[in-house]
Amino acid sequence: MLSSRHLLGLYGVPKKDIELILDTAKTFREIIERPIKKVPTLQGKTVVNLFFESSTRTRISFELAEKRLSADVLNFSASTSSLTKGETLKDTVRNIEAMKIDMVVIRHSAAGSPHYLTQLIDANVINAGDGTHEHPTQALLDMYTIREKIGRIEGLNVCIVGDISHSRVAMSNIFGLLTMGANVAVCGPKTMIPKDIDKLGVMVFTKIDDAIKFADVLNILRIQLERGAASNFPSLREYHRLFGITKERLLKHKKDILIMHPGPINRGVELSSDVADGSNSVILEQVTNGVAVRMAVLYLIGTRTEEN
Amino acid sequence: MKVKAKIMDEIAIQRTITRLAHEILEQNKGAENIALVGIQTRGEFLANRIKNKLLEIEGVDVPTGILNITLYRDDVRVKLKQPEVKATNILFDINDKDIILIDDVLYTGRTVRAAMDALTDLGRYSSIQLLVLVDRGHRELPIKADFVGKNVPTSIDEEVRVKLKEVDDEDAVYLIQVEN
Repeated sequence: MLSSRHLLGLYGVPKKDIELILDTAKTFREIIERPIKKVPTLQGKTVVNLFFESSTRTRISFELAEKRLSADVLNFSASTSSLTKGETLKDTVRNIEAMKIDMVVIRHSAAGSPHYLTQLIDANVINAGDGTHEHPTQALLDMYTIREKIGRIEGLNVCIVGDISHSRVAMSNIFGLLTMGANVAVCGPKTMIPKDIDKLGVMVFTKIDDAIKFADVLNILRIQLERGAASNFPSLREYHRLFGITKERLLKHKKDILIMHPGPINRGVELSSDVADGSNSVILEQVTNGVAVRMAVLYLIGTRTEEN
Repeated sequence: MKVKAKIMDEIAIQRTITRLAHEILEQNKGAENIALVGIQTRGEFLANRIKNKLLEIEGVDVPTGILNITLYRDDVRVKLKQPEVKATNILFDINDKDIILIDDVLYTGRTVRAAMDALTDLGRYSSIQLLVLVDRGHRELPIKADFVGKNVPTSIDEEVRVKLKEVDDEDAVYLIQVEN
């Protein structure tokens, strides 16, 4: 059983919890390959997807995971809700909870929103990304993919490349991977690496060739143009020249590296198309594994009770 | 918990498995179209023992799989339990097969109901037959076993505990008094 009734982030989450989620996800991975991809486990449970920020992959992945567990699903979109009439987040979620819901999956541009929600409502809360804070299910699916492909996480060298400062995916990956015993590094322009990040126990590279030499796994982050990331370097072309992952770069080091990316990809910026579509890339498998991992999280949280 | 009686020992279990294997062959007129599916945990080991017995008697290697029914159980939603989820492992096509569903103890019938739901999601079998080592009664659903190792009338405050060497330290079946 998980030690918490919510999943707000991976900071402080014990190793046994992460292992339980990854082990449980393996079963769900088998279920999503079946002709009938549905089990009745969460029948009678109601899950609300509260997305205050645009999302394609994560929202669809959560919705699919919920439906495959036979939960009743409500989708909430901020732009078409009473928030536009001036209703506060607090009143919105309290009104939704008054409709007798069991779980809330929340994405919000404000860091800490999922934590705030746990103080307002009794339902279980799952963080689907809050500002630049954390995105725990993305990191869990990344770890699941690493374990599936390489067989272990402990002792592996994992480098997260790109816009570390703006990335909730990077933070959740750092916390999760360190807990699981990986050696973690970050690489990117100095303007995109938070000051004192090494205090978390990660190495810092500012040259991509050093990162490739070090890494068994490269987790390449999207340059978040919508968060103003482009103001941190002269041009996208220059970023690609200095930090882009290309086939030539990988061949130069003759390394069989696992290439990961949380999506969506800016082709020709973070990585070239021949790498994104190449044999070392597991980007689409990450998407498939995302459904299984989210099913595992929903199952473990949705069937958990304090009496367990 | 107090052991009230030892219902079966190692020899009795062996003999029962031999008899059950013969009954399967008799009822199905051979082993041509059958497949064994053991419900985790102990049903899995009983299925393997029956598979070996069928190979010994008939010379047919019957396809055998493991079924985990955790995600189909209604007590996950009703009672305060969160069982560990393990993977179902059925590596053969169940379509048009005569499935022998195997479990250690038949009690309320809810586990069997969940197992039938799980099998239905995996394909269109020709039939399902139920084999249990012990039937202890107290059914809550209209489910009846086709092959029964031993019928053991029990009261509601008793438990039947099957032990198998593959997971336990012995082969035995005990009747336990549950102390509330």
